[in-house]
Amino acid sequence: MAKPKVAICWLGGCGGCDEAVVDINEVILGVASAVDFVLWPVALDFKYHSVEGMKNGEIALSVINGNVRNSEQEEVAKLLREKSQLVLGFGSCACFGGTPGLANLTTKEDIFNWVYRDAPTVVNPDGNYPQISTRVAGKELTLPEFYKHVHALNDIIDVDYYLPGCPPPPHLVMYAVSAVLENKLPPKGSTLAPQRALCDSCKRNNSKPERLAIREIKRIHEVETTPDICFLAQGVICLGIATRDGCGESCLNINIPCRGCFGPVEGVADSGAKFVSALASILDVQSDEDIARVVDQIIDPVGYMYRFSLPASTLRKKQG
Amino acid sequence: MTKKITINPITRLEGHGKIEIFLDDKGNVDDAYWQVVELRGFERFCLGRPVEELPRIVSNICGVCPTPHNMASVKALDDLYEVEPTPTAKLIRQLHYNAFMVEDHLLHFFILAGPDFVLGPSADPAERNILGVIAKVGLEIGGKVIEVRKRCREIIRYIASKPPHPEGGLPGGVSRGITEEDRKWMKETADFSVEFCQFALELFKQIVLDNKEYLNLVLNDAYKLNTYYMGLVDENNRVSFYEGKCRVVNPKGEEYALFDYHDYVNHIGEWVEPWTYIKLTHLRKIGWNGLNDGEATSLYRVGPLARLNAADSMYTPLAQREYEAMFDILGGKPSHHTLAFHWARLIEALQAAEHMQRIANDPLLTSKDIRNMALRLSKVGIGCVEAARGTLIHHYEADGDGKTTKVNLIVATQHNAAPICLSIKKAAMGFVKGPEVKEGLLNMVEMAFRAYDPCLSCATHALPGRMPLMLNIRDRNGSLIRTVQRP
Ligand code: SF4
Ligand code: SF4
Ligand code: SF4
Repeated sequence: MAKPKVAICWLGGCGGCDEAVVDINEVILGVASAVDFVLWPVALDFKYHSVEGMKNGEIALSVINGNVRNSEQEEVAKLLREKSQLVLGFGSCACFGGTPGLANLTTKEDIFNWVYRDAPTVVNPDGNYPQISTRVAGKELTLPEFYKHVHALNDIIDVDYYLPGCPPPPHLVMYAVSAVLENKLPPKGSTLAPQRALCDSCKRNNSKPERLAIREIKRIHEVETTPDICFLAQGVICLGIATRDGCGESCLNINIPCRGCFGPVEGVADSGAKFVSALASILDVQSDEDIARVVDQIIDPVGYMYRFSLPASTLRKKQG
Repeated sequence: MTKKITINPITRLEGHGKIEIFLDDKGNVDDAYWQVVELRGFERFCLGRPVEELPRIVSNICGVCPTPHNMASVKALDDLYEVEPTPTAKLIRQLHYNAFMVEDHLLHFFILAGPDFVLGPSADPAERNILGVIAKVGLEIGGKVIEVRKRCREIIRYIASKPPHPEGGLPGGVSRGITEEDRKWMKETADFSVEFCQFALELFKQIVLDNKEYLNLVLNDAYKLNTYYMGLVDENNRVSFYEGKCRVVNPKGEEYALFDYHDYVNHIGEWVEPWTYIKLTHLRKIGWNGLNDGEATSLYRVGPLARLNAADSMYTPLAQREYEAMFDILGGKPSHHTLAFHWARLIEALQAAEHMQRIANDPLLTSKDIRNMALRLSKVGIGCVEAARGTLIHHYEADGDGKTTKVNLIVATQHNAAPICLSIKKAAMGFVKGPEVKEGLLNMVEMAFRAYDPCLSCATHALPGRMPLMLNIRDRNGSLIRTVQRP
C-alpha cells in the first residue's frame, strides 16, 4: 500500500514550529518511514511545483504553520488546501495569528517610516523605500505587496484541526502524529489539546486562595516570586486562568508566569475578555469600580492578554 | 521564445527570499540579485509594551535563532536597568547560550548544509536531505546527531522554557537556578557534546578535505569574497559569543576597528535599496560603496568564519588546535573562502561545547544567588551577542514607567545581506553558463548562500510573514528564459 503523503509548510512563521517537528527527535525517523514527505522547505529539497502537479486530495495531511500576511502565503495556503484531505493548523501563528499578529496594532506606513527612514542606523540619502517594482540598470526587480493585517489561517482557508502552542510541545506533536497515522482523530474542527485551563494542571493552583486579595499588580522584574505560590496570589499577571492547558507548564517550571501561547480555553474566542472575567471572579473586591481599579493598574493589557491571539480575537474585529 | 528558471522555494535555509539572475546575449551571467521579500514589524509593535516583556516577545523573531534574540534582549535590559547579573546568573545564561550554539551549529551542518557535502551537490534532490545523510553515514551516527541536539535542548528547556521560544531571562539575572543534582546530567551533556563536535570535525575532514573535488570546491574562486570581517572578542581578542567588544578586521586581516557595541550607530550604517526589504549594513565611516568586494569595499561579513577571522584565537584549547589547522590548510588568515563558513561553524561548536564543560564544572553554577534586584531604570539599553549567524544588536529605549519607546535591531543576516548578493553573483557567474542549466549547478548557486546559514526571519524582523525563495534566470531584456524546477 502506498504511504500517505504529508506536507509540512511555513507561511508567516518564525521557523520555531519547524524546529518543533524536529523536536520529536528519533520519532521523526519512524514518521519518515511511515509517510512520504512531499514538501518541507526547511529540511527537504522539494519545490511547490511538485505540489502543483498533484491531484486534488492527493496529500493526506498538510501541516501548516505561520500566519498569513501576503498574497504569496495565501496562494500557498490555498494550494495546499486544495491538494490535501486534511489541514492541521500548527502553532499559535496558524491558530490565532501569534505574536507577529501584534503588528495589527500598528500601520504599515508607521513600520516603513521607522525601518527605512527614522531608525538611527539608516543611511538613506535618496529617501528610498522598497517598491513593488524597480528598474535597476535596465532590469526589472519586483517585490510582493503586503496585506494590511496579519490573518490567522482559518481566515483564509478551512482548517480541519488545530494544534496550539508557540510552538506546540513534543508530546502533543507526537499525539497528533499518532492520531493521524492510526486514524483516531476527534471530530473535525477539534483542537488536539486538553480542553481545560492551564491552572487545572498547575502545581501552584493549590496555593491559589478562593478569593484573591490583590492590592497591587506587580511586574515580573520587580519581585522575587516564590516558586510554589500561584503568580496571581503574588500579584503577578499569569494568563493560566484563561489559557488552554497542554504545554506541560513549561514557563511555570522556570518560575515565569504564563502569557497564553496555547490560546483561549475550549469554546472561548476572546482570551482577553475571558481573562478579565476570570480574574474578576476570584478578586476579593466588592464593586465593579474596584475591579476596574485593579485592572487599570495593568499597563499594556492588550500586550498581555492578546499576545498570541490578536488577529483571531473579537478585539481585532472591533478595530476592523 | 520565453523560458524561465525558477527555484521555488529555495530549501534548507531558515526563511525565504528570491534570486534573480540576468544573462547577457551569450548566455553568460551579467548580474544577479538576492532579494528579501518580507517585513514583519517587530521594531514597531514592541513599542508600548512593558520593556521587561521584550525578551519573551523578540524570541519570536526567529524560532531557529531564538536564544540569541532572547539573550541580546536580556542584556539590553541589564543595561537599561543599570544592573550586573550575579556571577551565577551569568554562568546560567552562558550555559544556556553555549548549549544553543552547539545544537544550532550542528543542526545547520547536518540538516541544512551537510547534505550538499555528504551526498554531493548534484545528488538526487529527493535524497539530498538529513534522511539521505543518515542513510549514508549510518543510523548510529544519525542517532547521535539527534541525541546531541536533544540533550542540549533539554538544558535550554530547563533554563528558559521552550527551546524554539525561550521565555526566561530577567534584568539582573535568571528566573530559575540549577540544582546540584541536575548539574550531573548537564555535565554529561557537555562531555558528550565535546566528544561529538570532535567527531563532527573528523567527519568533515574525511568527507571534504580528503576529497580533492570538494576541497577544490571550497577553494574555488567562485566561492571567494574579499571583505571586512566583524565579531565580538574578549579582552585577549579571543572568539566570544556572549560578551566582549566588536572587532573589525580589513580584507588583509589587519585590525580596522575595536569598539564598544554601545557605539554601534557610529560604525554601522543600514543602506536602503528599493528592490529589497532588507537593509544593507556597511561600515558607516567608509560609507556605502555599492555591492563590491575588494579594496574599496565597505562591506563586512559576520558569522563563524568572520568571527575566526576577526579574532586572534579561540577561547578553548581543543577549538584552538582546530583553528590553527584550518587556517593552515586554507592558506592563512583571513580566509575569504565562503564555504569555509561550514568548517568554522564546527570549530565554534567545539568551543561552545568546551565552554559548557567548563561552566558545568564551576562550583558557582548551583548557587542560589541568581538575581541582582538592585535595578535602576535608565533611558537606554543596548545588548549585543554573537548569534550563531553573526553579531546581533538590540537597542531599546523606555519611558519612566518602563514602557518601550524605541526599538532598533541589527541582525546577523542583515550584515551578510550585501555579501550574500555578491556571493550569489560570483557563484552564478562561475557555474551558470547559458540557459541550459542543470539542477545540480543551481544547487551550487544555492550553496553559496546556504554557507551563510542566512536566517531570513531574523533578517526581516522588521517585515511581515515569510516568502519562498525563487531563482529566476532572465535574458538581457529581462524576460525569463527558462524554468528549471526540482522534481
Ligand atoms: S507559533 Fe511561535 S514558534 Fe510557531 S511559527 Fe509562530 S512564532 Fe514561531
Ligand atoms: S494563575 Fe498561573 S500560577 Fe496561578 S494556578 Fe493558574 S497557571 Fe498556576
Ligand atoms: S506557560 Fe503559557 S506561555 Fe508558557 S508555554 Fe505554557 S501556555 Fe505557553
